[in-house]
Amino acid sequence: MAELSNQLMAVTVLAYLAAMVGYAAEYAFGSRSRIGRAAVRPARQLVGSGAPVEDDVVEDEVVETTPPFDRKAEIIGRVAVGLNVVALLLHLGTLVTRGIAADRMPWGNMYEYILSATFVGSAVWVGILLRRPAVRHIGLFVSLALVLLLGAAGMIAYTPVGPLVPALHSYWFVIHVSTIIIGSGIFLVGAVPATMFLIRDGYDKGKRKFPYSLGKNTPEAAVLERLTFRLHAFAFPLFTFGALIAGPIWAEASWGRYWGWDPKEVWAFISWIVYAGYLHARATPSVKRTVATWIALLGFATMLMNLFGVNLFFSGFHSYANAGGM
Amino acid sequence: MTVVEQRPAPPAEPPPKRPHRWWALLRNSWRQLTSMRTALVLLFLLAVAAIPGSVFPQRAVDSQRVTEYYQAHPQLAPWLERLGGFEVYGSPWFASIYLLLFTSLIGCVLPRLRDHARALRQAPPDAPRRLERLPVSVADRSVSSAPADAARDISGILRRRRWRTRVREQEDGSFTVSAEKGYLKETGNLLFHFALLAVLIGVGFGHWYGWHGNRILVQGADQGFCDSLAQYDDSTLGPRVDAADLPNFCLNLKSFQASYEPSGQPNKFSATVAVSEDDGPEKIREFTVNDPLRLHGANVHLIGHGYAVTLRYTDRFGAAQTKIVPFLPVDGMFTSEGVAQFPDVNIDPKTNKRDAGLQMGFEGRYLPTVGDGATSAYPAENAPGLFLTAYRGDLGLDVGTPGSVYALNQGQIATGDLKNVSGARPHELKIGDTWTLDDGTKLEFLGTRPFATLSIRYDPTQTLVLAGAAIGLAGLMLSLAGRRRRVWFRALPASPGSAGGTLLSAGGLPRTDYPGFADEFAQLVTAAEEGTP
Repeated sequence: MAELSNQLMAVTVLAYLAAMVGYAAEYAFGSRSRIGRAAVRPARQLVGSGAPVEDDVVEDEVVETTPPFDRKAEIIGRVAVGLNVVALLLHLGTLVTRGIAADRMPWGNMYEYILSATFVGSAVWVGILLRRPAVRHIGLFVSLALVLLLGAAGMIAYTPVGPLVPALHSYWFVIHVSTIIIGSGIFLVGAVPATMFLIRDGYDKGKRKFPYSLGKNTPEAAVLERLTFRLHAFAFPLFTFGALIAGPIWAEASWGRYWGWDPKEVWAFISWIVYAGYLHARATPSVKRTVATWIALLGFATMLMNLFGVNLFFSGFHSYANAGGM
Repeated sequence: MTVVEQRPAPPAEPPPKRPHRWWALLRNSWRQLTSMRTALVLLFLLAVAAIPGSVFPQRAVDSQRVTEYYQAHPQLAPWLERLGGFEVYGSPWFASIYLLLFTSLIGCVLPRLRDHARALRQAPPDAPRRLERLPVSVADRSVSSAPADAARDISGILRRRRWRTRVREQEDGSFTVSAEKGYLKETGNLLFHFALLAVLIGVGFGHWYGWHGNRILVQGADQGFCDSLAQYDDSTLGPRVDAADLPNFCLNLKSFQASYEPSGQPNKFSATVAVSEDDGPEKIREFTVNDPLRLHGANVHLIGHGYAVTLRYTDRFGAAQTKIVPFLPVDGMFTSEGVAQFPDVNIDPKTNKRDAGLQMGFEGRYLPTVGDGATSAYPAENAPGLFLTAYRGDLGLDVGTPGSVYALNQGQIATGDLKNVSGARPHELKIGDTWTLDDGTKLEFLGTRPFATLSIRYDPTQTLVLAGAAIGLAGLMLSLAGRRRRVWFRALPASPGSAGGTLLSAGGLPRTDYPGFADEFAQLVTAAEEGTP
């Protein structure tokens, strides 16, 4: 069963790669698909004047005169979403087989943690796609993030299936770890529209160098910004509960103190503060939305630091989360 | 312009009374401190200030690692010490950031609390003159009922949808309905910030009135422990706690159970103790890693375990002494290191004088399962073996400087006052073995006993902190999910003089980012037109 899980994991990464290629192909066809056009059109209004307007007009005309292109890109886009769903199912299979092999929830070490958090991210992404197909264009970057993180899980953090140490024998294990996994999975998805918002915003302001050139085919800046906020506003209370309430309750029962400035706790505290800063900055009219979004990305960087930096370089009470188990 | 100057000058008014310079400065600094920008900067400072605590070892977390850091970086460590690098979270600069942040928070939320309390008591404001200027609006919808009735019906519809409403009759004979909803957003927001204050206060009082101590408890009634400061291996009392405030209880470890996977990974631990509280009768209680022993005024947490070695040393005058010494595990397989020190041996019964050169120390490792290497092969006692090196000489215990009880004084070995008398290779002892040393004295390895490492703590405010955190979370969710918005309806008589018929216009203002507001507004207008709830 453990072997099956490992094989499924490899196939999952391949399926995300395939979905990524699909998204990329649609991205390349870009403005010729229906979504691409929807993405470009408002940009014309926002840019207002200058050369890009003419370009867009030309492209729109091309679209209207050559519908076959339109359909082709649309089909590729749909195939990419299909592949993404297949990858999600394989991902679920990887987790379930891993859990069966270990005879527990598959959240016992860094490898399983990344596997679960990316699964949540992927599931939330598919959920967003169902409700708002218009944001499909950033799928390329979502799947890129998933492939990178899963690759890191397999290469840096792989741990053979094993039982939990007695310190983890508690129902708080399920509550604490699962809420943090869900929270960070959503933060992960939230970081993608945040990045794309900054790129698109730069593109709208006339920047054309890489990476702003990527902003050409993304959804409208305001749509990305709102999606960013809603994902973060949803994940923040979950993360608060998991890291700052369930975690301390468990720590009190297990280690005797609810908060002890263990490196993992320190970085969870830092992430919480930075994300709280994002929510405050976004609620303050005098702070620019781009500044607020940079804060959200900084928050995600602190999450990554907590996952990789703290597990690999610092020692502390959370050491069972390290790569390679105990 | 010149015309103005030619007018007769008005009598010179006294200059407006300007507040005192210091008062103005104070008021402006207060405004600056309580601004959102400052709060954001302080938040980031707090996040940045927390980082060193995860990079450098913290004395409150692990003082042993601070000592190691001093050895590894003798130049840097004293400087870090001066900057508070080993006690980041208790340092003045960390405290100043969070105290400023909380002051800023108080300055921000108190006026908001006042405003919100006022808003909760007041009716929603009257409709603006021009509803069509609002973000969403409709105009000139006709309704068959009279303006007064239409306004009353709309108010009823809104009330049923839990809007706070107020109908006002205007001078021109029209009626306006003002409605507002989503007050819970601000309520939740304020709740969240006040809960944070409660958490801070709780943490502060917990620090003042809490205490904790660690103790290694070896199995057996003869090794029992009673709660007093002297009996702890190490302890920390809060500034407002006195040694006499500690609760009165006694513990002795009846048994310790541990089971392991074939790989050596532990499965389960549990400790069974006899407890007596306030000199009451002994009760048998079992507790384990995630399930502490909760006593009156203290919680006993099981944080580790290991083996204690029982050794009997018979000196050159035939006097025997027995010591039970915990050996501390150094790896997951319970390779354990420790030392047995016998300072009061080889005392000549005739002179009754201690010869400092004849004290004995035994240092080495205990392996619960002796394998191929120098470390244990399995954490349970399958093939126990004790590997000791004997030292004779001055143990250096009388100097007065507290040293580790788990290692010999290396200084004494370095000066030659304490000499290795058993050769470079440690001597192996099985349980029951007797080792005769070069001077004819004997050391017997009588057996082992398990020990439990206990952390005993008391924090009087942790329930307050938990309640604060839970309320804060509830407030946070209300604040993030809530949407404050206002709508206004204006009912005008359809034609002046006629009894029935109303022209209805409406406008809506979302006071927070709310993409679904246009839909909600359209629904409200439809309901108002049709008169359906």
